[in-house]
Amino acid sequence: MSLIRLLLLALLLVACAPASTLAPAPDETITLTVFAASSLSVPFEQVGAQFEQEHPGVSVTFNFAGSQQLAQQIAQGAPADLFASASQTYMDQAVQDGHVTAGGWLIFARNQLVAIYNLEKPLSSLDLQALSQPGLRLVLAAPEVPVGQYTQAFLEQAVLNPAYGAVFRDGLLANVASYEDNVKVVLAKVVLGEADAGIVYVSDLSGENAGVLGQIAIPPELNVTASYPIAVLSDSPYHDLAQALVDYILSPDGQAILSSYGFLPPVP
Amino acid sequence: MKPNRRPWPSEPPLEQAVEPLEHPLLPSRRWTDRAWRLLALPMLFFFALPVLMLFTRTSPAQLLDSLRTSPVQMAVLVSLKTTLISLLVILFLGTPLAYLMGRSKFRGKRLVDALIDLPTILPPSVAGVALLLTFGRRGLLGGWFEEMGLQIAFTQIAVVMAQVFIAAPFYVRSAALGFQAVDVEVEEAAQLDGANRWQLFQQVILPLARPALLSGSMLSWARALGEFGATILFAGNLPGRTQTMPTAIYLGFEVDVQIAITLSVILILVSLILLLLVKAVIARGEES
Repeated sequence: MSLIRLLLLALLLVACAPASTLAPAPDETITLTVFAASSLSVPFEQVGAQFEQEHPGVSVTFNFAGSQQLAQQIAQGAPADLFASASQTYMDQAVQDGHVTAGGWLIFARNQLVAIYNLEKPLSSLDLQALSQPGLRLVLAAPEVPVGQYTQAFLEQAVLNPAYGAVFRDGLLANVASYEDNVKVVLAKVVLGEADAGIVYVSDLSGENAGVLGQIAIPPELNVTASYPIAVLSDSPYHDLAQALVDYILSPDGQAILSSYGFLPPVP
Repeated sequence: MKPNRRPWPSEPPLEQAVEPLEHPLLPSRRWTDRAWRLLALPMLFFFALPVLMLFTRTSPAQLLDSLRTSPVQMAVLVSLKTTLISLLVILFLGTPLAYLMGRSKFRGKRLVDALIDLPTILPPSVAGVALLLTFGRRGLLGGWFEEMGLQIAFTQIAVVMAQVFIAAPFYVRSAALGFQAVDVEVEEAAQLDGANRWQLFQQVILPLARPALLSGSMLSWARALGEFGATILFAGNLPGRTQTMPTAIYLGFEVDVQIAITLSVILILVSLILLLLVKAVIARGEES
């Protein structure tokens, strides 16, 4: 009984406290919420910090996840101001659901695939063929995730190429130990050594993993280019500010950050 | 009003204690009952509505149709196989621990008790990371297993380990209470009749604790069926091998909502049946 009384008392005290001590005048800061593909997490944090510096009173928060998940969340009415997808498919879905005006998006970056392997696991050879050799534990992104779709597209290209063919694809798929639900998990499993190799975006290779990860380039004739569209959502209350963030991402400063992480410019 | 009732506020005599207390100055018993029922409704509504919504989004025909698709079948089979193995492991490894907790006193028992409860309140993702660090390829024991040629991560062994880690406490807790409740006098009587230790356990303690063991194992099984966070982190996701019903629901939701709904409905039905069975077993145990 006394515990309940204590709780009630505490509640009363909180309720009576002057509002200013609880929240620092909410009308002074505007929070922009950006839903962005997992592969953008590192450069976008930096972009957000820069944008905040240039716009006092604005705070940028991010929700990073697989683009398919973000599109689903937006469809279910999650409050967001911007959507940056790793695939046109999920931007189109947001347009269809009426959360982005038709043609209201634009491409702000491109990306390519690369195979990675853990340096402690010696590969049979240092080319792509190693991925299809038996005994290799490979992780890919699930076919629901954009990078998983690009990986499937790359494999289909390889089938058509006489140097690889269906044998390569089938051997590689037989090595798959797990289909992960976003690209950062694929990266983590290879970095941890749980998997020997994986396929991720070029932009996922960062300096801090250089000592752990080796990379095998995917030849240009087989590689798939991912285009990243971004859009201000139609129900955003801060349309102009969100557009300013898009402009910043497209500006030379924003592009410099993206390219420092291995992203390609929007136009070849 | 019965004539022999003493006026409030003196206590009613013991033999009448079960009868409703009524007095003209107090709100009637029926009125307060109704108030409690009314107050209980929001919580009940909150539990029931989301469950009911799942059923409104699918028809039995649709359910059967997607049950015939191979992703759903594979997930159901993987879930059934792994959870049944998990249940066996839990019974074999959990019973001795439950016996220890229920029948003996020792130093640090409270710590062990807390340790057993820990997995039930940990976020399953934490359990997944912890399992990975222990039994993963680079983990404390995982590397050793790997050298012996036993791969754990990304296999059904990992699925079973995640399920056992998360679900075993439910069995251990319930079984320990069951063992604890066995009357010392019954035990002594059996010993006087010449029962040896094993006979005592097998023929006296085990049958007496059976309702608790049964309900505990069904709770554990239901929890193992629902295990998701530790599984996806530690065992990964490969249809037909490590993709269980909960992981298929999670990934299916992003692409094919029908798959997610079908599997959710199956899980809810199975879990509800298991829980009803648990309640029935407990009720029967209390009667006898």
